[in-house]
Amino acid sequence: MRREAPKSVADYTPLFFPALMLIVFFVVPFSTMIAVSFFKRNPSGFYTPDFVFDNYARFLSVFFGGVLGFSLMLAVLVAVCCVAIAFPFTYLLTRRPRHVQTLWLVGLLSVLSLSEVIIGFAWSTLFSRTAGITNLFVAIGLMDKPVALLPTFGAVLTGMVYQALPYTILVLYPALVRLDPTLLEAARTLGASPVRAFFNVVAPALRNTIVATLIMVFVFALGSYLLPQILGRPQHWTLSVLITDQAIYQSNMPFGAAMAVFLVLISLALVGMTLLVGRKENAL
Amino acid sequence: MNRLIGKSLTRRGVLGAGLATAGMLAMPSILRAQDKSLKVGVYGGYFKKSFDEHVFPDFTKATGIAVESVAEPTGEAWLVQLEQAAKAGQAPADLSMMSQGSTIKGQSTELWTPLDTSKFKHYNDLLPRFVNKYPDGRVAGIGAVAWWITLVTNTDAYKEAPTSWEALWDKANEDKLGLLALASNSFLLEVTAKTFMGGTNALDTEDGLNKAFEKLAEVKPNVRLWYRDEAQFEQALKSGEIPMGQYYHDVTGLAAADGFHVRSTFPKEGGIQDSGNWVLSRASTKVDEAHAFIDYMSQPSMQGLMSRKVGTTPTLKKEVLDLKPEEFAAVSSDIEPIIPRYDLYTSKADWINQKWTELIVG
Repeated sequence: MRREAPKSVADYTPLFFPALMLIVFFVVPFSTMIAVSFFKRNPSGFYTPDFVFDNYARFLSVFFGGVLGFSLMLAVLVAVCCVAIAFPFTYLLTRRPRHVQTLWLVGLLSVLSLSEVIIGFAWSTLFSRTAGITNLFVAIGLMDKPVALLPTFGAVLTGMVYQALPYTILVLYPALVRLDPTLLEAARTLGASPVRAFFNVVAPALRNTIVATLIMVFVFALGSYLLPQILGRPQHWTLSVLITDQAIYQSNMPFGAAMAVFLVLISLALVGMTLLVGRKENAL
Repeated sequence: MNRLIGKSLTRRGVLGAGLATAGMLAMPSILRAQDKSLKVGVYGGYFKKSFDEHVFPDFTKATGIAVESVAEPTGEAWLVQLEQAAKAGQAPADLSMMSQGSTIKGQSTELWTPLDTSKFKHYNDLLPRFVNKYPDGRVAGIGAVAWWITLVTNTDAYKEAPTSWEALWDKANEDKLGLLALASNSFLLEVTAKTFMGGTNALDTEDGLNKAFEKLAEVKPNVRLWYRDEAQFEQALKSGEIPMGQYYHDVTGLAAADGFHVRSTFPKEGGIQDSGNWVLSRASTKVDEAHAFIDYMSQPSMQGLMSRKVGTTPTLKKEVLDLKPEEFAAVSSDIEPIIPRYDLYTSKADWINQKWTELIVG
């Protein structure tokens, strides 16, 4: 059966609803944010409609460049860790019997019901000196005395990976479940070890899925602003933390908006670059 | 003002929500019974609940003016909402509780109706720092509630209470402090100036501010946590995870009364006293009712009641109050307070914010 090209306006109607949603929930708010980012800040508390570049000029400094760089690095690291953990995990999960898979997936879905606040405070307790896991290590004789594992970069990374991992697995799962098992059987027949088959056959076959998952986790991690505050030192605060400061505590909407626009543009550019590189390599 | 959200969520949120709902349901019947009415904005959560319970019903009984209480969001969002509504001739609340910084910011657009102080019987008993004036002397706001930020310690970790803010700089306290994360809510520049530079007037010049920032930078290695959400620090202080820091006197007192090993100390340089004003939106037509309310709230008996029931610090001189010495000590101190330089956070807001952020993040 051949699919007919749409001819009349009526044929396009299925597109109207998604288009409307996109306009209401993305185009309008984002345009408002762009507009506000050019408004003039009045230090006494308000802002006036204008077209000035002050807000962007203030952002273009070594200091904010450093914060932006750190935020991007952290998001990339979270994405890489998540995929590195989730990919083999999901692969092994799809090899298990159906009811075992269901159990695992229900468990993962229930983790999604935890808010960022609960995750943050739970990890801060686990990493604390007074009630944390190091007390357990002391009890079994691994350590001399309990120590605090936070605030550290490792704590921030752990919290963020924990938060993003269920999403990662749920995104990878459908693709891995549909993977043709004969590919692997062929590799094994030709003498590849299971590990070699996994890296040389399974991983390349799912390249696009992996790239898409990396991008999704990257974007997800970029917006995190609570976990870096709860688990990290000020050096580990992301740009999102500073945006919140400006918007809520300094009532400097124009500057907050300018930072947010910058963050969106940079991440869009990075995502675009990743896709472009991926396509070129595919063409070869 | 983040503290009030935190407070309501952490300690009394669950009970409070139920009581506040009950209070709101009871409100329409009061409204119907009265001709005169007034909409009063108070911080949502603990404050609103306390006011609905202890203050508004008696005010209505005494004056015949019905009160509709409005839960204000904290931060500066309420100021922005009031300003935008006033431009359209609307007043979401006639009177509002407003932080000092927001009161000053509202002055710039004449958002506050100047108050006629001759209508307040106890105007002369108010401490001068609780009268917020326009630059030309008209009164923009009258102190509504005040509270302290003091030096707090875990009693297990510190057997002896510290006596001075200098403890924050003590090398022995490396990685042990919890401090508020923003210049405009921690008031640490003022603390630095009062402790090491002879007073907060030292912050008048940019040179003085730079020196204060330099001195404050020495604290950084001692700080374990720069907190925005009070629940974060309160928990760590109680458990001894972060045994010292700056925190709210009233909440620390309540925690100590509940048996937690914490104490609040007024350092010899003074505690930090922060406060909120009653301000009247220029779009409001309820000028007489608003004056009656402020007059009622400024009575010594009401200020005493608020101290006992809500835990706030009186805005009146100590002599006129009916508080017993121990009741006064629970909510205040005779040591001269450190009064925040609110003017700096409007006139030099962005400059200070930038330097501050670079100081602690950099």
